[in-house]
Amino acid sequence: MLLKKRKRESADINGSSMADIAFLLLIFFLVTTTINVDTGIGLMLPPPLDPTQEPPPIKERNLMKILVNPQGIIVMNDNQVLLNDVKPTIIEFIKNPTNDPNLSETPQKAIVSLKTTEETPYKVYIDMLDEVVGAYREIRNEAARANYGVPYGALEEGSAQQEAVQDIYPKRISIAEQDRD
Amino acid sequence: MAHFKKKQAGTKQEVPTSAMPDVVFMLLFFFMVTTVLREVTLKVKVDLTQAENIEKIEKKRLVSYIYIGPERLENGKLGEDKVQIDDDIIEDIGAIRTLMYDKLLEEQRLIVSLRVDENSTFGLLTEVQEELKQAGTFRVNYSTKREN
Repeated sequence: MLLKKRKRESADINGSSMADIAFLLLIFFLVTTTINVDTGIGLMLPPPLDPTQEPPPIKERNLMKILVNPQGIIVMNDNQVLLNDVKPTIIEFIKNPTNDPNLSETPQKAIVSLKTTEETPYKVYIDMLDEVVGAYREIRNEAARANYGVPYGALEEGSAQQEAVQDIYPKRISIAEQDRD
Repeated sequence: MAHFKKKQAGTKQEVPTSAMPDVVFMLLFFFMVTTVLREVTLKVKVDLTQAENIEKIEKKRLVSYIYIGPERLENGKLGEDKVQIDDDIIEDIGAIRTLMYDKLLEEQRLIVSLRVDENSTFGLLTEVQEELKQAGTFRVNYSTKREN
C-alpha cells in the first residue's frame, strides 16, 4: 500500500492580520478626512446693466437702501443704524404694519438694495447681509407657521407650499453699483 | 458540613471579536467614501467670517470656488489681496469672465462660492462680482462659518 507522502499545503490565507491592515487604513482615512460642509449666505447677483436701457422705475418708498461705508457704519435710507437694528428695521419695512407712506406698499414690492464702497470691510458687509437674510427667514417662518403650521425650513423643497410662502415674501435683494469717482 | 459552592455565571466573559474586522471595514469604507482630499493648495490666506443665517450647499458638484485674500509670500508674510481660482492666482481680473463662462457651460446650475478673507475690503470683490455678472454666473454664495 502506497502512502501519499507529500503533505498538502494549506490553501487558506492567513487572515489574522487583516484587522490590523484595516485598522491602519481606517486611521489614515480618519486623519485625512475633513467633513467640511460648505455653508454660506446664498445670493443671486443681478444681471449686468444694459447701458442703453433705463433701469425700471421703482418707487422710492419700496426701496430700502443699505450702505456700508468705509468705516464699517451701516446706513439705512440715510439713517445711521446699529447692526442689531438692521433686522427689525427690515421686517418693519417689508411688512409695513402701520401703512406708513414711507415704507413699502406691499411685501411683494419691497426691494432691499445693498451698496458698498471700495473700502467697505467685508466682515461688516457679511454681518449686515446676515441680518437681512435673517429678517427674511423670520417673516417667512412666520408666514409658513400661520398658513401651514410648520416653519419655513420644514416645507418641502420646491413644493407648492414653499412657493406660496416665497410669493408672500419674495426675497428681492439687489446689489447697487458702486459710485465711480 | 454544609459546603457552599460559589455560583458561577454560565456565560463566557470574553467579547466575541470575530466580527471586529467587519466592523472596522465598514468604518473604513465610510471614511473612504466621505473623504475629500484637499484639491487645491491655497496661495492666499482665507479666514472665513461667521454668520448665523446660513444655508448648506448640498450639491458639491455644482460648486466652484473663488478665493480672495492676502497673498502668502515665500517668506511667510502676507502680501496684497489677490484672487485665486483653482490653483492659480489670477492677476488679470478681466480673465475671470471667460474662465467662469467656460465653467458655466460645463455646469448650468453653477454656484460660485466666494471664500473671502474676513479682513479684506470690498474693492476686489466688487470687481470679481462684476465679472461674474458678465459671465452670467449669478448664483453666488458668500462662504461663512457657523456662528457659535
